[in-house]
Amino acid sequence: MTKLFEAPLYPYKRSPDQDALSPVRRPVVVIGAGPIGLAMAIDLARQDVPVVVLDDNDKVSVGSRAICFSKRSLEILDRYGCGDEMVNKGVLWNVGKVFFGDRQVYEFNLLPEDGHKRPAFINLQQYYCELYLVERIRALQAKGKPVEIRGGNKVAALDQKDDYTALTIETEEGSYVLEADWLIACDGAGSPARRMLGLDFVGRVFEDNFLIADVIMKANFPTERWFWFDPPFNKDQSALLHKQPDGVWRIDLQLGWDIDKEEEKKPENVIPRLKQMLGDHVEFDLEWVSIYTFQCRRMEQFRHGRVLFAGDSAHQVSPFGARGANSGFQDVDNLGWKLKLVLDGKAPDSLLDTYSSEREWAADENILQSSRSTDFITPKSEMSRIFRDAVLDLSEHHEFARPLVNSGRLSVPCVYETSPLNGADDQGLPRRTRPGSSAADAPIGGDWFLDNLTGDFILLGLDLKVPEVSDMNGVALKGISLSSSEISLELRDRYLGDNSQAVYLIRPDQHIAARWTGFDWNAVEAAMEQTLGRKENGQ
Amino acid sequence: MSSAMSKASIKASLTTPDDFYAELLAAHDGLNKAESDAFNARLILLMANHIGDMDSLKQLLTAAGESASGII
Repeated sequence: MTKLFEAPLYPYKRSPDQDALSPVRRPVVVIGAGPIGLAMAIDLARQDVPVVVLDDNDKVSVGSRAICFSKRSLEILDRYGCGDEMVNKGVLWNVGKVFFGDRQVYEFNLLPEDGHKRPAFINLQQYYCELYLVERIRALQAKGKPVEIRGGNKVAALDQKDDYTALTIETEEGSYVLEADWLIACDGAGSPARRMLGLDFVGRVFEDNFLIADVIMKANFPTERWFWFDPPFNKDQSALLHKQPDGVWRIDLQLGWDIDKEEEKKPENVIPRLKQMLGDHVEFDLEWVSIYTFQCRRMEQFRHGRVLFAGDSAHQVSPFGARGANSGFQDVDNLGWKLKLVLDGKAPDSLLDTYSSEREWAADENILQSSRSTDFITPKSEMSRIFRDAVLDLSEHHEFARPLVNSGRLSVPCVYETSPLNGADDQGLPRRTRPGSSAADAPIGGDWFLDNLTGDFILLGLDLKVPEVSDMNGVALKGISLSSSEISLELRDRYLGDNSQAVYLIRPDQHIAARWTGFDWNAVEAAMEQTLGRKENGQ
Repeated sequence: MSSAMSKASIKASLTTPDDFYAELLAAHDGLNKAESDAFNARLILLMANHIGDMDSLKQLLTAAGESASGII
């Protein structure tokens, strides 16, 4: 049987652009058809922005790779129209167990909060995610949306001009030049685009190797996340076991720095290690093995004129906490609406600087969290190891030590605390929905609140009547008015607190821009100008 | 090890545990083992003085002694 990642999904096909007499200019070109590049294309195509995705390959990625998709990612993918596919296929998990040496020190349950459409996390192989995104693009194409994926198109050179970039692209039929008004590099941690433009990528290298194995178990195993510190089968190192769909289990084994990678990858070395871990009686097949090392770093700036970086090309983190692909989706969620407004001349070019600043802020948070997890999992000094072991030791009997155990702090949506786009914040409203935060979901009338935020600017009136549609100097603002009886307990708790009325201004990426305890049209207009970058902060 | 099972768990009180842990490790940055040991001794004495109450201190001394698993 042909495996999913062996079948060409977007094989090379000659484009008329290759036969044009002079280079064709495109409004937006995306480099990279990984999850982030594909999501970027969907975001723009939904807004009728013509977009071309280039990839040197024509298939989904090999091996499971990114496997934990966060609630926020699912909410973004819901907006893009493929959240259901992800959740229907994905594995739901809540229970985690932590082992130290040969004993279980404790067990936790994520116990997700009620009243959200999406769970805290699902596990799903990256190749399924990519498949659903490609299928979504095909569906958008069928509806006449201006999006195409060009497989077998390798970007060989970039020539950055003042107001466009010329791309030299190699194909099996020779090379051609394509011009892009805007170029978005989603070409991964090793980003050739970044290298071609001679841009920095500095940060901290963690000197460690991890073996990842996808294993198909022949027997049942609980749907739980198991994390071992210093287990007998991997002395002085760590190990992780996590379930994926199709009976596939993901196993991560820390190997240390001084190893022979080729030797360690051989099945005759991997299988005995896994047998020690799973027990001799457990039958399994080895599907995929890889060894990785990682760094925690980011570009100093995600925007360089008309070239924008998103996903791993802009920032890289250790895998602990699932902050890689999950932060990449938040990048494109942030960038899509801003680029559309700038392309349409409805917002100044400087609005795109806030893509850079908001997402750099998010990357710093992700790097801090994942660096701390890595320091805990792989202590780099004797004293650090002594404290780590003391925490684990105490955690078995003392609740106080458990919050200190750090086997990865799972990705949560970033709050753009200091964004210049944030407007008014009236006192006394709940902290979780403050300006800069992503809107919390809640049930409304047999439906979900976030399903109503599909990419417009939203003015939400809670027990206050707001206009249904307003034109804000060329930008539509859609109103949602909920009467007191229509406000669910969860919505009240998350958006009103002790107040009876409120008005929220929400951006197309579902982040809160401003909020008030009363309705004042002038204040809404001022906040709208601010969040469109048409007004300086504080004016 | 088994005697600790019956004891009441010491409840969590740090509001930002990861921040504390990062500060603790940062304080040891650049120290050799002997310097780190001396640092820890000073820190324990300062914390003991901060706690003050003798009954609490006795309870903490017991908890620290009981938890050792013998595998380290």
